[in-house]
Amino acid sequence: MSGMSKIVKTISGIAFPFITIYGLYIIAHGHLTPGGGFQGGAIVASGCAMILVSYGSIWTMNRVREKNLSILESLGAVCFILLALLGLGFGTVFFNNFLVGTNSLFGVVPAVGSGLANINTGGVIPLMNFAVGLKVIVGLFGIVLVMAYASRTKEGKK
Amino acid sequence: MSRRDITAVLSFSIVAIFFIFGALMIHPFGAPDETGMDDNIITNAQTETGANNAVTSVVFDYRGLDTLGETTILFTAVAAIIMIFRRLNK
Repeated sequence: MSGMSKIVKTISGIAFPFITIYGLYIIAHGHLTPGGGFQGGAIVASGCAMILVSYGSIWTMNRVREKNLSILESLGAVCFILLALLGLGFGTVFFNNFLVGTNSLFGVVPAVGSGLANINTGGVIPLMNFAVGLKVIVGLFGIVLVMAYASRTKEGKK
Repeated sequence: MSRRDITAVLSFSIVAIFFIFGALMIHPFGAPDETGMDDNIITNAQTETGANNAVTSVVFDYRGLDTLGETTILFTAVAAIIMIFRRLNK
């Protein structure tokens, strides 16, 4: 794959920031609105896959190394497990929500019942959403990128 | 019909009968037999986890180990695919 026409490249370049912002919004509001790390990460990863298809795998691979993607994905997984272990350290059990009720970072308890959404709630849930979102973005984009690059090599050899 | 066909038809019918009985004996929609856990989560999710979205509070707090398993599956899949295609690239 060596990229598509100039029209496709321009349009995908215009649409890519909006797709990314929408996906990041879904990740950041995972504890308030439907969605979360997995869903928002899939949206951002599909936007990256659009860039990959329109610009070609060689162009993308020159800018994004698969090694960096592996490091970022492992970082997301380590952050997730570390947050769960912090629940064991500061709270009582594994996956304990130790930030709720502390009134610090994401620690505000909302009013019971349906009300206006306050983003500063949820305890460790938003942080876990960020970790899982990073992991899903980088993981899915890594799969697509590596597969596209491998198919490029096969076609070049023939 | 050979013996293999008869075995296939018999096993298929037995599985189909189990599925039909399961579909007939299912409880009506919206009326589960046990509501204790649902009511507990619905009433306590906001005060216990601080999240307005009860589904997310179940996924990331009450059933956090389930999400850990999901991320492990994703991690394993990505690692295996990158491992396979890195060899193809060379």
